[in-house]
Amino acid sequence: MNSKELIARRVAKEFKNGDVVNLGAGLPGMVVNYIPNDITIYLHAENGIVGFGSDDPSLPRDIFRTEAAENRVSIIPGGAIVDSCTGFGIVRGGHLTATVLGTMQVDQEGSIANWMVPGGKFAGMGGAMDLVVGAKRVIVATEHCSKDGKSKILKKCTFPLTGYKVVKTIVTELAYIDVTEEGLILKEVAPGVTVKEVIQKTDADLIVSPDVCEMKL
Amino acid sequence: MAKLMDVKDAVSLIKDGDTVLAGGFYGNGTPVLIVDELLRQGQKDLIMINNDGNTVEKGVGRLIAAGQVKKFICSWCGRLPIAPKLAEECKMELELCPQGSFAERIRAAGYGLGGILTPTGLNTIVEEKWAQRVELNGKQWLYQTPLKGNVAILEADRADEAGNLVFHLTQRAFSTVMAFAADLVIVEVNKSIESVGSISPEEIHVPGILVDVLVQGGITYEQ
Repeated sequence: MNSKELIARRVAKEFKNGDVVNLGAGLPGMVVNYIPNDITIYLHAENGIVGFGSDDPSLPRDIFRTEAAENRVSIIPGGAIVDSCTGFGIVRGGHLTATVLGTMQVDQEGSIANWMVPGGKFAGMGGAMDLVVGAKRVIVATEHCSKDGKSKILKKCTFPLTGYKVVKTIVTELAYIDVTEEGLILKEVAPGVTVKEVIQKTDADLIVSPDVCEMKL
Repeated sequence: MAKLMDVKDAVSLIKDGDTVLAGGFYGNGTPVLIVDELLRQGQKDLIMINNDGNTVEKGVGRLIAAGQVKKFICSWCGRLPIAPKLAEECKMELELCPQGSFAERIRAAGYGLGGILTPTGLNTIVEEKWAQRVELNGKQWLYQTPLKGNVAILEADRADEAGNLVFHLTQRAFSTVMAFAADLVIVEVNKSIESVGSISPEEIHVPGILVDVLVQGGITYEQ
């Protein structure tokens, strides 16, 4: 199992029947592949779909039957299509169970920076800032370190913020971490990973839960 | 009663310097014939308000690439690197607005509200550059102004001659509120425009009283 699959599998265990979830592009989008068949979640897309599923090749290809990254999808039985105000009303109004987002940086206060690298490509925040303040639970799903080996979990984000003190849970290929008032609580380590290793690879301060256990996948 | 017009005459109502709300998400739902005609007529110094601009080949990005846009307000322009480039060269102003706030600012303009108070964007670039922090009853908010247009250019699937509109799947997006938020609302309709009364009132997404001009379009939605 590679890192991304492990992260997606662990995040998929967080959901229950009827949850309304927005998955960011890339790794977070993989979560849907590991939701058990007996659980229906309503996937929310910024372009107005509430309840999409995988593409149905028997339907005509349609530019308006796509999710927010323009991939073809189907609308599940029980799903709906709404306008943008309603779609973001669902987000901001507290009707979205969770959002799962990738990131460049997340810090021990729960702030997240995932939309812009200083001096990098300037593309805009899209719906990310609304999602992080609106979703009842913000789950960061990311590889523990950046490509150059630096911890993405920091004492303080240095890149421009997407949201301030908004993240509730961080899932990486090494650890499951909850963000609390007291700080970051290390609750689970991935199979074959030690607590010491997680601490070594993390820039932020970690409080090791007395109940820390191996991640179940 | 909305006026049926030739696309050429309809677009001639748009003037240099106008603020234009344009429907569409990735250019899907941005009226194709109207944008073609804007390129042909060459209106200048436009302020374009559109979610993402899409690319230089489809959507509002075409007008930006042609140098017709003085300011672009969007939530994202990841497919349109020319937009941040022009902004950096001071050839176009670029304002970013979180997508949910963007939709609500348009709604505020169309619904007669003085702006929005939102938690979105607190402690971010939005607060630094484009919004004002306010404290009310001990809570922090960002105040953002309404986004109003002189003109809205929208695409619908069906319409009747009274201007009532029906959208197809996610074609709706920002267009329902944009129809409220402009002085002049021009809609390109892809199916044949129908006689008054052909659309059941309960199916209508935008009431015809908001629509000024209909243009017969005809694109298909095959991806």
